[in-house]
Amino acid sequence: MTMYMIGPSLFAISIAGKVALGAGLLGAAAGVIGSFAVLKRRSLVGDMIAHASLPGVCLAFLIAGSRDSDALAIGALLAGMLGVGCVAVITRWTRTKDDAAVSLVLSVFFGAGVVILTYLQNHGTGGQAGLDSYLFGEIASLQSRDVRRLAIVLGLVLIGVTLAFKELRLATFDEEFARSQGWPTLAIDFAVLGAIALVTVVGLPLCGVVLVAAMLIYPCAAARCWSNKLAVVLVIAAVIGALAASGGVLLASFPAIGGPIGEWSAWLVGSTPPPGPMIVLTGAVLFGLSLCFAPEQGLLAKLIRDANLRHIIGRDHLLRSLYELTEPQLAARPGVTLSQLADDFRGRSAQLRRLLAEIENEKWIERSGDSVRFTSAGLNRATQVVRAHRIWELYLVHYVDIPADHVDGGADDLEHLLPPELVTRLETELATAGRLPPNLKSIHPL
Amino acid sequence: MSNIALEVHDLTVAYRRRPVLWNVDFQTTEGRLVGVVGPNGAGKTTLIKAILGLTPLASGHVEIYGQPYAQQRQLIGYVPQRESVDWEFPVTVRDVVLMGTYGRLGWFRRPGAAEKAIADRCLAQVGLTDFAGRQIRQLSGGQQQRAFLARALAQEATIYFMDEPFAGVDAATEAAILELLRSLREAGKTVFVVHHDLQTVREYFDEVLLLNMRLVAYGSVREVFTQQNLQRTYGGRLTLLDQAAEAVSLREPPT
Repeated sequence: MTMYMIGPSLFAISIAGKVALGAGLLGAAAGVIGSFAVLKRRSLVGDMIAHASLPGVCLAFLIAGSRDSDALAIGALLAGMLGVGCVAVITRWTRTKDDAAVSLVLSVFFGAGVVILTYLQNHGTGGQAGLDSYLFGEIASLQSRDVRRLAIVLGLVLIGVTLAFKELRLATFDEEFARSQGWPTLAIDFAVLGAIALVTVVGLPLCGVVLVAAMLIYPCAAARCWSNKLAVVLVIAAVIGALAASGGVLLASFPAIGGPIGEWSAWLVGSTPPPGPMIVLTGAVLFGLSLCFAPEQGLLAKLIRDANLRHIIGRDHLLRSLYELTEPQLAARPGVTLSQLADDFRGRSAQLRRLLAEIENEKWIERSGDSVRFTSAGLNRATQVVRAHRIWELYLVHYVDIPADHVDGGADDLEHLLPPELVTRLETELATAGRLPPNLKSIHPL
Repeated sequence: MSNIALEVHDLTVAYRRRPVLWNVDFQTTEGRLVGVVGPNGAGKTTLIKAILGLTPLASGHVEIYGQPYAQQRQLIGYVPQRESVDWEFPVTVRDVVLMGTYGRLGWFRRPGAAEKAIADRCLAQVGLTDFAGRQIRQLSGGQQQRAFLARALAQEATIYFMDEPFAGVDAATEAAILELLRSLREAGKTVFVVHHDLQTVREYFDEVLLLNMRLVAYGSVREVFTQQNLQRTYGGRLTLLDQAAEAVSLREPPT
């Protein structure tokens, strides 16, 4: 009995592995070639080719009379390229803008495809052939032959992009400059479009007409968060594309594998969810993770940087309060009571307590009972802060023409980021212009 | 007798059958700094793009040192308008400057040590050495403009075409560009600069090309940059030409 249960499940696992491999190959190819469309702000073009290929698939089925995958792929490719040609003609000969032309061709071709599909289904053969699986994709479409085909497509894309990396980078970044150097940008454009059409067409049976274009777009959008270098962006896009596609088809095939995850996902999305939506949702999760957690451009990194800056600003304010409260007798380093400090420091008392603890830890202040006084290191530090603040204020008044009573707020933001060399240069400039008041000359770090 | 660097012969350009440049005809001697000046919509950018073969000509031809442009690409350096590219693009400043060497490299050859040395030298020339590794969005507007100039320098050209290099740059960049222009002239290069600021034309250029859909005047700044010529360039649109253009585009004879 148990043996009987495990048998088909193992079989399903080996199929799932092959499907995941095929999907990964497709995802990597789509991620790499799609990056060039995204970076050229042409993300919609892949979507257009995919939707436009549906009538091609249906007509190829009508002509070939069977669901021969080569015939359907050729039909899809021809219809997709016809769509590209229609966009070119519409933008060249009418006043229709590029995005409108793309949307127009996309929806008209897709509409025609759905009409032919309905006709085929109502006349028997189409429904049996399962052509409607072309809408959202089907795992069973990945047979050994298709995995080999996907491997070849990925190989071609990688070889092409590696060989012509320099040319692709230039033509994608600055087409007119490339043309002024004599590069055939139109031919490069068509090569990229052709590669996009090829990847789209081989991806159609797995991911479906409606969603396959997403596989071209999200890998680059996610990879862009991680790097500022094109080569690295392409590698990361390939990895993200492969992960999302494999992960998606695995999720889609869990119900067939069985086990607790299988039962859970079967309960969640029905017995066999189509792979297209699962791939896209997995991609969306990876995109979301990239947006949040990428080291430099991620939201988390930005929040941490902002918090750090606010912290430094708060600490500088505290040092300046303490400095200014004791300014007349600085050298003696007199004590200041906590309530005096709290009145002068414009912040919440919790923040004040935390900052006081911190600068005490740094040995910048000494506390005795209710009173606080600078250590000599702390006085030195506070002097630097106050000097930067006052010089920056002066600079804004004299050189940026900001009225004196508006300066304090504006000075607060930037002065905390001024490097010490710049403060010294500003000071020299103010001094040579005779605009450095005597009280500023005296406040140098000890 | 000095060399003719650029000859533009009876050049006419039309967008959708509506002419935007009429019969522009001039020749420029080697080693001059030429300011291309005219009101908005006068066709300054179009003139440069037409010379570079980026815009189809309705009629006329262009010769660089006596040969058609297609055969003389190696002699050309180009600085497009800063707004013409996406500055979010994932490339570093050095990558952009290296692009200037691509034309010499030809298909599939990667820039090597020699090209990188050229790029570094050009970066130093515009004062961007410290920014070489940055993504191009992380530059100020003036620095972005200097990155484009460095890319043109890396083309090691003989004739340069610069589309509004002074537009929206800080004073430091303006001074740096000016110094660069002068050193190019000293090296015997010819430089065409689309320029907006009439105040500085006399100070910056040897020759000026006044353009408003047609060539109003061209010659040394002293002779050509006169109140009268400026009036002809800027004073009102050229109503007759405008009407003619309108009529041609509407396929109606002028009234």
